Amino acid sequence: MLPLASTTSAAATATDFLIARNQMALSLGWHIILACFGVAFPLLIWVAHRRGLRGDDDALLLARRWSKVALVLFAVGAVSGTILSFEMGLLWPGLMETYGDAIGLMFALEGLFFFLEAIFLGMYVYGWDRLPPKWHIASLWPVIASGTLGTFMIMSVNGWMNGPEGVEVVDGVVTEIRPWDALLNEPVLTTFPHMWLAAFMVVGFTVAGVYAVGLLRGRDDRYHRVGLAIPLVAGLVAAPLQPVVGHFAGQRVAAEQPAKFAAMEGLPETTTRAPFDVGGIWDEEAEELRGGVELPIPGLLSFLATNSFDGEVTGLLDIPRDERPPVNIVRFSFQTMVGLGTLLAGLSVLLALLWWRRREVPTDRWALRALAVSGPAAIIALETGWITTEVGRQPWVAYELMRTTEAVTDTPDLWIGFTILVVVYTAMTVGVFAVLRGMARRWREGSDPGPVYGGDDEEAIEGARS
Amino acid sequence: MTLVDAVAAMLFSGVVLYAVFGGADFGTGLWDLTAGTDTRAGRVRRQIDESIGPVWEANHVWLIFVLVVLWTGFPVAFGAMMRTLAVPWLLVGVGIVLRGAGFAFRKYATSFRWARVYGVAFSTSSIITPFFLGTIAGAIASGRVPAQGAGDRWASWTGPTSILGGVLAVLVTAFLAAVLLTHDAHRSGRDDVAAAMRRRALGTAVVTGPVALGGIAVLAADAPTLFAGLLGNGLPLVLLSAVGGIGTIALLVRNQLARARFAAALSVGSVVVGWGVAQYPWLHVDTVRLSETAGAEPTLWALLIGFGLAIVLVGPALVALLVLVERGVLSDNRVGGR
Repeated sequence: MLPLASTTSAAATATDFLIARNQMALSLGWHIILACFGVAFPLLIWVAHRRGLRGDDDALLLARRWSKVALVLFAVGAVSGTILSFEMGLLWPGLMETYGDAIGLMFALEGLFFFLEAIFLGMYVYGWDRLPPKWHIASLWPVIASGTLGTFMIMSVNGWMNGPEGVEVVDGVVTEIRPWDALLNEPVLTTFPHMWLAAFMVVGFTVAGVYAVGLLRGRDDRYHRVGLAIPLVAGLVAAPLQPVVGHFAGQRVAAEQPAKFAAMEGLPETTTRAPFDVGGIWDEEAEELRGGVELPIPGLLSFLATNSFDGEVTGLLDIPRDERPPVNIVRFSFQTMVGLGTLLAGLSVLLALLWWRRREVPTDRWALRALAVSGPAAIIALETGWITTEVGRQPWVAYELMRTTEAVTDTPDLWIGFTILVVVYTAMTVGVFAVLRGMARRWREGSDPGPVYGGDDEEAIEGARS
Repeated sequence: MTLVDAVAAMLFSGVVLYAVFGGADFGTGLWDLTAGTDTRAGRVRRQIDESIGPVWEANHVWLIFVLVVLWTGFPVAFGAMMRTLAVPWLLVGVGIVLRGAGFAFRKYATSFRWARVYGVAFSTSSIITPFFLGTIAGAIASGRVPAQGAGDRWASWTGPTSILGGVLAVLVTAFLAAVLLTHDAHRSGRDDVAAAMRRRALGTAVVTGPVALGGIAVLAADAPTLFAGLLGNGLPLVLLSAVGGIGTIALLVRNQLARARFAAALSVGSVVVGWGVAQYPWLHVDTVRLSETAGAEPTLWALLIGFGLAIVLVGPALVALLVLVERGVLSDNRVGGR
């Protein structure tokens, strides 16, 4: 084992350090949306397909079309995920050199599950009308299972960064690594369900939103109602559960990462019976929160953090300045996530009640309008939640083990790579929207999206095959 | 065999599988780009869609597998490789993104103009990516990557061995793809495409052979350790590769297309294995041995357990996927059915 001193590094310049962080944020923030589709979309397709096999032709058509959408989304999800694995080494070699063997097992298992996902997805999307129906729909199960297990592994890496376990460090040298302990770290037990539900919220509300818009534009038919109903169930179940899971995730942060928690809450002094403040801006000079609105429940924050209205919550002033995360980014993101999550949970309860009383999916105009924006809202909640946990972890790349400045690469001129990536990701974003909209347009016109670059007479080929 | 050797063998089997399976997928890019604009060109592109559509994502995972095993099994050397070879790795990453996105977008492009834009993104990046992967291999094999820290960020991957590696990677992937497409096109009843691809396969084989032979001179001068290894322990594999290459030509000429694919895979796979054998026990040639840079022992064991799990879980699934594609059950024209 080499001593850490020889492998730690500092960025070429302070700007390079910022660029490295922003590049990681961009590529992760982009991939995380696609990852949600990888996790949750196959289950929706399975539900539609299963209904279809039981005689619902609208649902079957949805499953067929969603397979094509999945094909496009999985492709860009796979390649954007690959970029992340490159960046672990290109941007953060210090982390990998020192702790690569601590977190490697999670990545290795994630790779295994990604493999299974890719294999069975290939079978499913390309197997329509050819594979025996029972086998065909069954090929979705490994996709669903490995998407979930893969998420666990990635969240386990992230959990390790927020609460490293399974490593012993003596005088700056890693003396022992227990990979299985590292894998089953404490944070992942709350962050995994949080992320998993988030995936179903993002996909459920986004897909439901597509059909809500269709209904709003007058395409009021059974196909659109089924297309609305199936993903909506996912959203309606996930959204009300999310605050509960989030609460436990928050309690862990309060107990184990007081700096992050204090930044989320903008709490200056360590307080018992701490109040809950909404909004406001943290003043770095005066070290106080300006303009926040205190909720009229005394000790609410203490209660949320510790289950007791008299519980003690650590304030920012008790944390050394060089161990505090950027307070305003963390706090603003956190409050945005909580606000949007609460709205989505409320909307879900309301819609679920209406659905239950009327025995049919609600298609009131206000409900459709709300659903049309619920997808973007869920995505913003996802991103701000991610920013909360990642920026809130700063200045540590691995909490209390290694600073992010020690992990960053010494490669100069990182702006070149960052610029290339911004251009490529912008183009890819435009491409995804253009392609999916083009598919939807052709479906509305009654034609089927297929290659437009010529080729051959399909029947001749079918004849040659048989 | 030590624990470290076992992990290294596992790592390198990933490299070999990626070279063969991923290589064939990348190689289609050259034939896609040069297919032209006539009606046959459309059929060539359809054939490429059909041949690699169901499998490219699975084949791509081998690269991720290799990276993960590298940083888990050999963390410090991995860091040195990424620091030193940041430029080609970045270009490989961009190439992978453009390849995958371009391929997926093209199929559902709304107009011919856009299909061409996506198609060019797919095909050019399919050529560029193996080239830079080849330069990375050349940098490692010619002793230009240090044991730790950053080496020369430009000279390390622009030396003669790197350029040779890049050119060979492009040729070899194009060769694999042409052989694969010949077989697939024939099976699909696109006989004109099959004939065109057969000519390209033969042509590429004829070009690749001399380049590889000439490359030996380059290696002798620029990568002596690898050169000695190739003529030592690696020699049987190099000869096997030559036999595979000549066998592919013979089988193509005799129209035994299904077998030609295996011969082509043998010729490429064995030369890649030969590279691994030739540079053993070095991880980065001349600078760090596998045993000197291995990660924590419990992690290596965990990796092997994970790999065992992968053999049990992924192995049969991957074989099933390839068999289904082989039998024409999984077809690109069938996405979502009618």
